[in-house]
Amino acid sequence: MADAKELKQVLTGPIINNNPIALQILGVCSALAVTAKMETAIVMTLALTAVTAFSNLFISILRNHIPSSVRIIVQMTIIASLVIVVDQVLQAYAYDVAKQLSVFVGLIITNCIVMGRAEAYAMKTPPLMSFMDGIGNGLGYGAILLSVGFFRELFGNGSLFGVEILSKVSDGGWYQPNGLLLLPPSAFFLIGMLIWIIRTYKPEQVEAKG
Amino acid sequence: MASNKESIGKTLFVVVGLCFVCSMFVSTAAVLLKPTQQQNKLLDKQKYILEAAGLVDTKAGKVEKEVIIETYNKYVEARLVDLKTGDFVDGDADTFDVEKAARTPATSFKPENDIASVKRVANKGVIYLVKDDNSELQTVIIPVKGYGLWSTMFAFLAVEPDMNTIRSLVYYDFTGSGETPGLGGEVQNPQWVAKWQGKKLYDDNGELAIQVTKIPTIASSVHGVDALSGATLTSNGVQHSLTFWLGEEGFARFIEKARNGGLS
Repeated sequence: MADAKELKQVLTGPIINNNPIALQILGVCSALAVTAKMETAIVMTLALTAVTAFSNLFISILRNHIPSSVRIIVQMTIIASLVIVVDQVLQAYAYDVAKQLSVFVGLIITNCIVMGRAEAYAMKTPPLMSFMDGIGNGLGYGAILLSVGFFRELFGNGSLFGVEILSKVSDGGWYQPNGLLLLPPSAFFLIGMLIWIIRTYKPEQVEAKG
Repeated sequence: MASNKESIGKTLFVVVGLCFVCSMFVSTAAVLLKPTQQQNKLLDKQKYILEAAGLVDTKAGKVEKEVIIETYNKYVEARLVDLKTGDFVDGDADTFDVEKAARTPATSFKPENDIASVKRVANKGVIYLVKDDNSELQTVIIPVKGYGLWSTMFAFLAVEPDMNTIRSLVYYDFTGSGETPGLGGEVQNPQWVAKWQGKKLYDDNGELAIQVTKIPTIASSVHGVDALSGATLTSNGVQHSLTFWLGEEGFARFIEKARNGGLS
């Protein structure tokens, strides 16, 4: 059985050391789309964490029974069911945010992080560790989303969580917002810079040349 | 168990079993959450109706659910209108689903001049009458929709009881992922919305004259609204939505009757 140290490693490892976005470069699509505001970034993080954790859990429970010939489709069925339920819950209890996230909740189904963890980890690991791994990867995804969202909302719209921090010129203030930051391409630059910073700090993450 | 998991029987058993469990799970969630979702949707719509009428300000912050319900029930009356005759017809307008009616051939028609790309139009439309504390009619809200660049855009056009002076044009919903943020998405920008206030829909001859335009001299006139820069197709979509829904295949008959005192 897993000891506490290993558990902690599985849970916190993906945040910096083995970050799904920064190291594995997975799930970038949604990270571009939903980070214009902190609020959507947080809800998206929670949605993805829930889906990854529970899909890992269920796939891990079933791992000895899933026939390898249909394993991907079985994983997809479990993931898709979870995503639909998460989408339904959001529409019922967080309607405004669900409206802003629109298709991106549904697109969690195709998020490489969920599929990647299911195939690479949950298929060979006991349920508890898989569940923790799902939460850990969700947090790693969230860490990048929130850092990107922080800069995009603060400098693109002068606010954080919808609360005004820098008063914009259009509202009679002094801050001229950077419109590019509200558009998805800006997240490319921000994620690129984050990867650069993380790899400068941890050179072992730099891929070997050749 | 694990040894024979690759057999055809086992594979079929796992797949069918999993599908059964997952479908139960998904449909239970959908059925249980449906009432809350519909309530949210209705509430969201009512919020924007109140915003179009100028009774709440959603941009200033989150509007409490109770405030929306209370204000809506107090001041707003939804009525069904027969588009062909322009008369009010009986029926519960609050629960009438225009979109569903538009999809059903028996309750809708295909417009001949479909400039707003609406495909089908329901025979009946819903109009919102907004009154003040003395039950005096203050605002008439006409729902309009039309295709922009990427999506069908839904809006409420609020006009004064003269059926000519615009109070507001509030975009509240888009299909898919909506218009481009920062360009077409600016239809929701409060500053652009404010340009509509006080503009007149019709000229002195009673012809529809409102124009979303990039020509400054027209835009500054009483019938013109400055188009969104960088969003020509979205601006055209706004123009077409108004032209269509205020036209013969939209609410023209109703508006004509309303101007001649049909509302009092």
